[in-house]
Amino acid sequence: MLAVTDLKKSFVSPEGGRVQIVNVPAFALAANEQLALRGESGSGKTTFLNLIAGILAADSGRVVVDGVEMTALSEARRDRLRAEKLGYIFQTFNLLQGYTVLENVVLGMSFGPRGADRAQAREVLGRVGLGHRLDHFPWQLSTGQQQRVAVARALANRPKLVLADEPTGNLDRKHAGEALGLIREVCREHGAALLLVSHDEEVLRQFEQRKDFADMNEAMKGVSS
Amino acid sequence: MTLPLIIYRSLRQHALSTVITAGSIALACGLLMCVWMVKTQSQSAFTQTTTGFDAVLGARGSKLQLVLNAIFHLEASAGNLAYADYEAVRRHPAVKTAVPLAVGDNLRGYRLVGTLPELFSNVEYAPGKKYALQPGGKIFGADAKEAVAGSFAAQRLGLKVGDKFRPFHGLAFDAKAEHADDYVLTGILDATNTPVDRVIWIPLRGLQTMSGHDPKAATDVSAVLIQLKTPAAGFMLDMMYNKQGNRLTFAYPVGAIIADLFSKISWFDQVLALVAYLVALVAAGSVLASIYNSMSARRRDLAILRALGARRRTIFGAVVAEAACIGALGALLGFAVYFALLTGVAGVIRAQTGVVLNVTAWLPVLWITPLAMVALCALGGIVPALKAYRTPVAETLAPVS
Repeated sequence: MLAVTDLKKSFVSPEGGRVQIVNVPAFALAANEQLALRGESGSGKTTFLNLIAGILAADSGRVVVDGVEMTALSEARRDRLRAEKLGYIFQTFNLLQGYTVLENVVLGMSFGPRGADRAQAREVLGRVGLGHRLDHFPWQLSTGQQQRVAVARALANRPKLVLADEPTGNLDRKHAGEALGLIREVCREHGAALLLVSHDEEVLRQFEQRKDFADMNEAMKGVSS
Repeated sequence: MTLPLIIYRSLRQHALSTVITAGSIALACGLLMCVWMVKTQSQSAFTQTTTGFDAVLGARGSKLQLVLNAIFHLEASAGNLAYADYEAVRRHPAVKTAVPLAVGDNLRGYRLVGTLPELFSNVEYAPGKKYALQPGGKIFGADAKEAVAGSFAAQRLGLKVGDKFRPFHGLAFDAKAEHADDYVLTGILDATNTPVDRVIWIPLRGLQTMSGHDPKAATDVSAVLIQLKTPAAGFMLDMMYNKQGNRLTFAYPVGAIIADLFSKISWFDQVLALVAYLVALVAAGSVLASIYNSMSARRRDLAILRALGARRRTIFGAVVAEAACIGALGALLGFAVYFALLTGVAGVIRAQTGVVLNVTAWLPVLWITPLAMVALCALGGIVPALKAYRTPVAETLAPVS
């Protein structure tokens, strides 16, 4: 589902030098697999996800999503691929505050191949327990509910891969557990692979350890400042 | 539905600036349409307002003054001509009808014009249209102290059939200049939408012999309205009075003389149009400024949309379309401004000249202006759209930690 090879990304520091943020020699994620990566704040984990999502262009290396080399595509085609195959749950949810819950999800779908499907959006929102909040605005919801809207938006388009960036970072322990369970369950139901990054050991412990997981984690650690 | 939803929500989120900007566009649009319509319609209405006559004969002077005085009942008379001159032109074989006018008095600011009763029975003030009286009225007798009021003057002065009044001397109302003659209103004319509506008509002899008027001028007339048998006759009389003679002025053709006036004051139209164009530009600029200033607040939303898969061109298009929508909203409101302005201006023109503008008339400017305004606003949206286009997604969405 996801294959990353020699992926590198650096930024210019305020002092003028280049700081390498991501340096991942090899990483792969199978279809339906669920994996959590450990990364402290500033470790480059968000940048790594953004590179996979095609939001950022890599300095070098390859990212292949569902057989398509993202890094070889033009920006417009990366946008299309992201809309078609990826769901992204942001740490700060990134909901559109001026849009209703339903519109947030519908808009997320509208750039994908299926287009805006209000019935599907309602169904997914019902699945995450927000069927009664369709016409509410994000600011009218609790943090946990906003998180669920973000989950519904990421999954409404039936993506092949869901990227989750500190999805429980803004939630208390109880709600974090519930949210994580929901994300994993819904991804499983939709047949989507899940790549989650977090610095929360409690979250990381809930995922299976993989043979190359430690290496990947080291790679992330290796570039953290 | 994506684009309409993005535009709708953006307009809603910035409702106040949307309304203010649309309001400024409405003013610009309404002003532009109104200026154009008043210019076109007034030119057309004034040049076509001949009250059924081809020419005017008067004392030596300006043709324009003669036409304004005798047809539009504006301006002062350039002087009198002798009754014999009227008789001469009336008997001229090229003249179909000649109607004498005498001016010099008013009733509370509305002109009294002396003429013959035949004006109302024989003359068509527009093709196929003859003067008609409102029910219960009759035309004044040629030698009676009777009057017939134009519909607008009667309405403004609150006159009704049977009312008695005393005229005032001069064309401008002066309460101290009241004549001693008593007149009875015998009829009120139906509206003709011509300057005739603003006049109170009395017998020619009544005005000539009004108490206080110079007895030596008791047979003079101020002007003669003329219908010709053929257009060629006009040129013949023009030669006779204007080129060969030096006592009288023959103003012909009436429409061309008014058109000449409009061409002389065309600079005023151009100034008005320039002001309107500038207002339109400022309005388009306000769209640019309004959306551009809101870009900082919108950056995050735009970055989220991009992260969800919206392409740069979609974002660009959404901002341009939003600007166009504000323009369209303004253009729609502009019609309300246009009707309000035009109704007001038409009222003033009617009150001042008797010429009626049709506020519901349709001219191409009524669709060209709104479309041009929408296009101009869309153009104004390009600058903020470029800013939106360049929104860096990852940097904008970076969590604050």
